[in-house]
Amino acid sequence: MTAVARLGRLRERPELIGLGALLLAGALLAAVGTRVLTGPFAIIALASVLASVVALVLVAVSGTPEARRKIAPYGLLKPGMLWLALFYLAPLFTLLRLSLSTLPSRFAIEADFDWNFGNYVDAFTDFGPQFQRAFLYAGIATVLTIAIGYPLAYVIAFRGGRYRTLLLGLVVIPFFTSFLIRTIAWRSLLSDNGIIIGAVDWFRLGGLLETMQIMDDGRLINTPAAVIFGLTYNFLPFMILPIYVSLEKVDVSLVDAAKDLYSTSTAAFTKIVLPLSLPGIFAGTLLTFIPAAGDFVNAAYLGNPNTTMIGNSIQDQFLVQNNVPLASAMSFVLMAIITVFVVIYSRFFGTEELA
Amino acid sequence: MSAPTSTRGRIARLALNAYAAIGLFYLFIPIIWIVAFSFNEPRGGYNVEWQRFTFANWADPFGDAALTDAFVESLKIAAISTVVATLLGSLIAIALARYRFRGSEGLNFFLVLPLTTPEIVLGSSLATLFLDWDVTRGFTTVVIAHIMFQVSFVALTVRARVRGFDWTLEQAAQDLGASPLRTFWKVTFPLILPGILAAALLSFALSLDDFIITLFNAGSLVTFPLYINGSFRVRFPPEVNVLASVILVVSVALMLTGTLWGARGRRKSAA
Repeated sequence: MTAVARLGRLRERPELIGLGALLLAGALLAAVGTRVLTGPFAIIALASVLASVVALVLVAVSGTPEARRKIAPYGLLKPGMLWLALFYLAPLFTLLRLSLSTLPSRFAIEADFDWNFGNYVDAFTDFGPQFQRAFLYAGIATVLTIAIGYPLAYVIAFRGGRYRTLLLGLVVIPFFTSFLIRTIAWRSLLSDNGIIIGAVDWFRLGGLLETMQIMDDGRLINTPAAVIFGLTYNFLPFMILPIYVSLEKVDVSLVDAAKDLYSTSTAAFTKIVLPLSLPGIFAGTLLTFIPAAGDFVNAAYLGNPNTTMIGNSIQDQFLVQNNVPLASAMSFVLMAIITVFVVIYSRFFGTEELA
Repeated sequence: MSAPTSTRGRIARLALNAYAAIGLFYLFIPIIWIVAFSFNEPRGGYNVEWQRFTFANWADPFGDAALTDAFVESLKIAAISTVVATLLGSLIAIALARYRFRGSEGLNFFLVLPLTTPEIVLGSSLATLFLDWDVTRGFTTVVIAHIMFQVSFVALTVRARVRGFDWTLEQAAQDLGASPLRTFWKVTFPLILPGILAAALLSFALSLDDFIITLFNAGSLVTFPLYINGSFRVRFPPEVNVLASVILVVSVALMLTGTLWGARGRRKSAA
């Protein structure tokens, strides 16, 4: 088939033009953004991006209704997707490139790209404990959010009746105040003169909490438990909402049917409700674990120097020590580990519920 | 579900309800603290220990000039980024919900990615882009960053809201002679508007609250959360609690209005 004939065939498949133009424009824009394409090439690339937009507009104005309908979704997607190509995708490339770069001196600002894998060696050797703590704390916090969030979502979904929407609104309301201020609130509440220590003393629970390693030397604040507690609190709604969504879809008559067939309540729950709500738990786990593993606010406000997580180290290396290449390497490792985790995890559960 | 008949069943039911109620209360503990401490008269601008009750903070919520500047800066950023992100995100949502097309699964997956990337990676990677470009970080870079994470959020929220929408209504309008443009403004737009407004409200709140991504891309710019973080070692003025309480009340009021409006709309379309 000649090239002209191919092009002619393409005319009959406007959706291929639309998709191709979208992907090409995104790739070109990201390439210019990362300065893979520079100088005249960058100008040609940007001109092509512009041309792809013009082509879409031309089809939208002069094409047949059929062609218009087929090309419309790509036109609608284009502005937002190009934004993400330039400001989400391209930065991941510059992050990778910087993580393989070297600072010429301790005080240099500009790093030179030279395939320096030393940053990755440093990330693992110097910040191993921070990585471990990040995943350990995030993991425990995720389990706790399920333990607190599942029953709450269950009660709202099955026993909320006409107050369901109201109760769900109540779950969301606290999150209209700043994340940072809520964490500071916990700092004040958990502090040595705070109301919670007062309650612990009044109920004489100090000994018990010390053995459970929740309290340390009579203190609640600046302990690992306080950091995990803060993470649990801050990400709890991200667990409750997806679980609620999946529970809401459960057909109650299935449970009734099971009971009619002499199933116990426990069996009806474990055999019917729980399996049907697993997608919600899955989505909630991702939405809780991922931000918790990268968080540094809770560790900074509720922890001590021995509870720092990888987020604290990235923030410190990037913004305080100005060692951007090392911080980039740590960021990249964090993202890589989380991506592997998500891929393995979604093999078991699927990602349908996430979107 | 049928009501449990045995005493044990009733107790189990009550216990679960109580557990859920405690969980709900737990969510509100810091909120109670924030509102209560907005009425505190702190010693030396460090409002984390209860001293005595006062209305003084509420009488002058903008008493702290630096905090007020930071707050205004945050409102400006949130306003601009929300408008842009709502436009871009809604267009994506309409494309994904309205049309079946080649590549939609892959593009959908790409859209979810920013939401499953830790904020610290989003923030630090975007900062490396601006470093690479030799761009001074400040107001514009923060707006760009906020739009980036809001677009996916708006797109997915709006798409979830318009999923059950009956697109044949558009066909009906066009069969009756309406032009495509007129169909959009008279039929499609009013129906998807509540979903778009809800998404805009939530993403405005996300922008106002964002700390991690902003920290990496703000340069010398100071937003509301950045001010609180930066000054926390030395001061934590009660005006923070007042402004946080105001944000809370306004958000709840808007949410309630939206819910009532949505309920009215549903009744109208059912009638």
